[in-house]
Amino acid sequence: MLEYALKGKPRYWIWLGFLGTLILIAFYFWNLEHHIGAGRLLGLHRDLTWGLHIGQLAFFVGAAAGAVMIVLPYYFHNYKEFSRITILAEFFAASMVIIAMLSVFVVMGQPSRVFNVLLFPTPNSIIFYDLIVLSGYLILNLLCGWTVLHAEYKEVKYPSWLKPIIYLAILWGPSIHIVTAFLLQGLPGREYWLTAIMAPRFLATAFAAGPSLLILLALLAKKLTGFDVGKKAIDTIAKIITYALIINLLLFSFEIFTAFYSGIHSHQSPFLYLFFGYEGHAEYVALMWLSMILAFLALILLVIPVLRKNEVSLSIACLAIIISIWIEKGFALMIGGFTPNVFHTITVYIPTFPEFMIALGTWAVGFTLLTILWKIAISVYQSKEKGVFIKS
Amino acid sequence: MSISRREFLKLAGVISGVTVASTVGGVLIGRGADVLKELGAEDKPKTIRWAMAIDTRQFKSDEDFQKVIQACHKYHNVPNIPDPIRQVKWIWVDTFERAFPTLEHEYISEEVKKRKFLLLCNHCDNPPCVRVCPVRATFKRPDGVVIQDMHRCIGCKFCMAACPYGSRNYNFYPPREFLGEINPAYPTRSTGVVEKCILCFERLDEGKLPLCVEASEGKMYFGNLHDPNSPVRKVIAENIVIVRKPEITTKPMVFYII
Repeated sequence: MLEYALKGKPRYWIWLGFLGTLILIAFYFWNLEHHIGAGRLLGLHRDLTWGLHIGQLAFFVGAAAGAVMIVLPYYFHNYKEFSRITILAEFFAASMVIIAMLSVFVVMGQPSRVFNVLLFPTPNSIIFYDLIVLSGYLILNLLCGWTVLHAEYKEVKYPSWLKPIIYLAILWGPSIHIVTAFLLQGLPGREYWLTAIMAPRFLATAFAAGPSLLILLALLAKKLTGFDVGKKAIDTIAKIITYALIINLLLFSFEIFTAFYSGIHSHQSPFLYLFFGYEGHAEYVALMWLSMILAFLALILLVIPVLRKNEVSLSIACLAIIISIWIEKGFALMIGGFTPNVFHTITVYIPTFPEFMIALGTWAVGFTLLTILWKIAISVYQSKEKGVFIKS
Repeated sequence: MSISRREFLKLAGVISGVTVASTVGGVLIGRGADVLKELGAEDKPKTIRWAMAIDTRQFKSDEDFQKVIQACHKYHNVPNIPDPIRQVKWIWVDTFERAFPTLEHEYISEEVKKRKFLLLCNHCDNPPCVRVCPVRATFKRPDGVVIQDMHRCIGCKFCMAACPYGSRNYNFYPPREFLGEINPAYPTRSTGVVEKCILCFERLDEGKLPLCVEASEGKMYFGNLHDPNSPVRKVIAENIVIVRKPEITTKPMVFYII
């Protein structure tokens, strides 16, 4: 099947070249950081040591876990409408996990020592478990996606030994996001994170943003290659997104209630800083309200059936959800956790251009893998009777 | 000298004793003798638990602080980085509000609130930084000293997110560029690793006091908290002490006499 990745239209190579350039630019800045010091290149400081990149970890682990919403109905409930998108979802999950793992890797001050995590396994550290669940999920999705696709290619049913592995991959999905939430929610003195609904909220945002990104990519693939995953499949995913979005907004309101009704000042101050400004600082107020507005815009577009079934308004809704949740989880989550700082004062964090370029580089690696895997999968499907899926 | 509850309340400028106990959580703050009981220090006479008490009443001039800070920073080759939000500092000075942000300010006397406080790693008995480190680069010795292996640290900065006291430093700049005279007795560091106060554990092993305590000329007390005759134990028992953020039960081992 690999041969499909090696031939393509010029636009395929131009796109891969573009991603490759982004990776090289990111590599340049990342390498520079380790020579001249993070202080001269990044916006991080004493009071905010995890910024944009750990935000990317949270967001893209979510995107990866979101694929479960497609794989689970297909395998557990035999929901046939998802037959053409399930392998794509598995490859999507693997690519998103790559972005998440690289986002942690680029944070490390001593990247050459990364294998110390395996050399000195430390079961009391959540990073240890995060490494296990993320690499496990990566392997499981690549294995399941590739084996099933290969069976399609050979026009046979996938081998029976794969079935328990598929089930394991589905159960594994939520675990990656729960463990990632545990990185944050177990820290004393970081009130914005110290909440038991961090993990459930992570799952809700994951099941909204992940499938949204998947829908956009599937619609893009349809436009570019003519490969259609099916209208019914898209509509079912859109419904899942709608429920996940509503649950997320509800959970958010619970957070607000607890922080403000309890009257505990230290629980309120991160929300005040982010949404209204605090002690004369209001760097992210506009951005936070943009995130809220986009979430409600998406909600309106999704709850009205006519708009949800329309590809254009559905695409707008998906894009709004992705941007909204990216702002909230991929960015503000870190800022709220560290601001106000442990001294209950404000030290402002503004990510720098190199920081964004490094993040963009990690995205580019994930999307390179995604492009190649989807190219192979779609080519396999299309080479068989003009894309007709053989029932297995 | 032992302080009665009445005297304590007077000193802290409090109107009602009930209020003081509830606003500060009633743990690790107040009469030193009660604090020791709270920690269970009296029950383990044979073990070692190093602790420090800083007499904030005696630190008056800037020079008092600088003597202590320089003794530590010079010996440990701590870089002098001009960027204030990316500095490396093992021991430093801060205000009451920043040092004790969770303490109900209005009940503390104005005089105490105007004092400056020496901040350093608290060498917590229940250290969150040790819990989160994925490579055990930071760990707690049996005598309670929390130390850092700067050659194993991967620079993930998880410990800095976990420390509720801002006591950990990441080398945002190549530290060797910011050193004056280098002390060959202590290693310099590379960029991208975390470092912090190590309570001069090598000196403790030789039976010496930490450099800061020595340089303070009697303004800081040090010793085994589990030994009823140790200077630190005595001075805590006889005074009013507070620790930073007692409510999150990290059990700091740096006590502030107020």
